[in-house]
Amino acid sequence: MFSGDMATAGEILRRSLTDEVGVSKGSVSGSEELHVLAVDDSFVDRKVIERLLKISSCKVTVVESGSRALQYLGLDGEKSSVGFNDLKINLIMTDYSMPGMTGYELLKKIKESSAFREIPVVIMSSENILTRIDRCLEEGAEEYILKPVKLSDVKRIKDVIMGGDGKQKKRRSVRKRGREDRNLFTITIVACTVILIDCV
Amino acid sequence: MERTQLRRQVALTRQSLFDQGFLDEQFIQLEDLQDDANPNFVEEVVTLYYRDSARLITNIEKALEKNSLDFNKLDGFMHQFKGSSSSIGAKKVKAECTLFREYCRAGNGEG
Repeated sequence: MFSGDMATAGEILRRSLTDEVGVSKGSVSGSEELHVLAVDDSFVDRKVIERLLKISSCKVTVVESGSRALQYLGLDGEKSSVGFNDLKINLIMTDYSMPGMTGYELLKKIKESSAFREIPVVIMSSENILTRIDRCLEEGAEEYILKPVKLSDVKRIKDVIMGGDGKQKKRRSVRKRGREDRNLFTITIVACTVILIDCV
Repeated sequence: MERTQLRRQVALTRQSLFDQGFLDEQFIQLEDLQDDANPNFVEEVVTLYYRDSARLITNIEKALEKNSLDFNKLDGFMHQFKGSSSSIGAKKVKAECTLFREYCRAGNGEG
């Protein structure tokens, strides 16, 4: 599936670092609508992400906090019998910086849950901080995208989730990196790839 | 034709907002999300933004009135303000927020 190409080597590295990457390729057929749970504490961002998703033919549920998201999923500790089969969330998109529970903490809770760890989680953030990005990806985030979120971001993510194998799109987990960042990123990937190849 | 003139005026005003650096391409993204089924999308978002901003500005003003400035709190408000400004393409506001945050981080109350 993946060639030994450098750009995809990074992806291989990321996938090998996480336990399971929750790409539910098999579970969403072409005719079904993607149901996305969006989490953001900002009124403006919630409105924008909702519209971006709806215009991309997704069913959207928007909540304003991590705790609300867990409540919605039934993960808030209230031992109701798991009716999550009815919910069928295919993707969770969450803001990183939120009061109370950050997107990272929400990501962890989702990946710790046996019921929901398969659901891909995308982190959105206005901040391009490498250590933060790596931490999220290591914890199992599908992608880390920079705000402001554009329609092209949503379309790309949707393609990935729905299994756009046929397309030759290079998945870039972080867009709009400065040249310096890109070089550092490239060097890191090369170094890690070398280590990985050594281990194999 | 008054209507045509008005339309022209609106177009010019809109363009000048871009030219003067008040708006950036994110605003165009929002405009693209508007269609016949959702003809007031941009207006709705901007209204939300104004309401949100007014609340944030009030909070910031209150925080600035205190004798000893809580830079962390101020930075927090500005982070939110910067975020929503960025989401609607309010370029100049976003730049001001960035500058404000730099002052916060340096503990520069005068700035």
